[in-house]
Amino acid sequence: MIEWFTWVQFAVAVLAGLVAIGLGLAGRVPSDLTIGALALVELLLVAQLVIAIAAPAFGNVPTGSPLEFYTYLVGALLLPPAAAFWALLERNRWATVILGVAALAVGVMVYRMLQIWTVQQA
Amino acid sequence: MSGIGRVLVAVYGVLALAAIGRSFVQIASKFDEAPLAYALSALAALVYVVATVALIRPGRAWYRVAWATIAFEFTGVVVIGALSVAFPALFPHDTVWSWFGRGYLFIPLVLPVLGMWWLARHRPAVEGDAS
Repeated sequence: MIEWFTWVQFAVAVLAGLVAIGLGLAGRVPSDLTIGALALVELLLVAQLVIAIAAPAFGNVPTGSPLEFYTYLVGALLLPPAAAFWALLERNRWATVILGVAALAVGVMVYRMLQIWTVQQA
Repeated sequence: MSGIGRVLVAVYGVLALAAIGRSFVQIASKFDEAPLAYALSALAALVYVVATVALIRPGRAWYRVAWATIAFEFTGVVVIGALSVAFPALFPHDTVWSWFGRGYLFIPLVLPVLGMWWLARHRPAVEGDAS
């Protein structure tokens, strides 16, 4: 895991989440901006997956449980597509809020992944 | 399912995913350490999934299922939450309900209340109503 990349990813997910929730509550339907933000969140997760698979070969190993790490990562990967799919089924303001909820959840999960990789106590 | 109820369902879905993930890790890697706590985690995860589905599906039967699962969750988070605070020794391993769901930003405590409020406001009308 590359720490600065993970922090960037965390910031993007939280920002995308807050923007989408804000726009949704303001009555906007899902737009290129909010769907695109979710696509970016997903793209960064895929990059994170590639990094996580490659990192141990370069001596960068998780301090915590790899199983737990990958459970979070796979779970996070599922969220943006699920939220986007549901958002497009019925395009209204709440669909935009849901995009935001998914992005925020990804942010929390990325933060947990960082903890598991770097500072696992147990 | 429309309106703000969709957001409720989305949050339920995320919580169900989180509970499944945690339960999967616990059972796959260290079930022997605390079989009771981890079996409870798995049960809770299952109930979150059923609650999510029940909230989405229309009809009176699913409405009752939604009430039952959400009431179960609320009881779980209150009882296990209180026990984990009063007798921490009983729960050396975290469950989704320990300390009233502190590990999940107290979402497990707040969500059933919102769920029950939403259900009370959206009683399905007589048979045949397609809401």
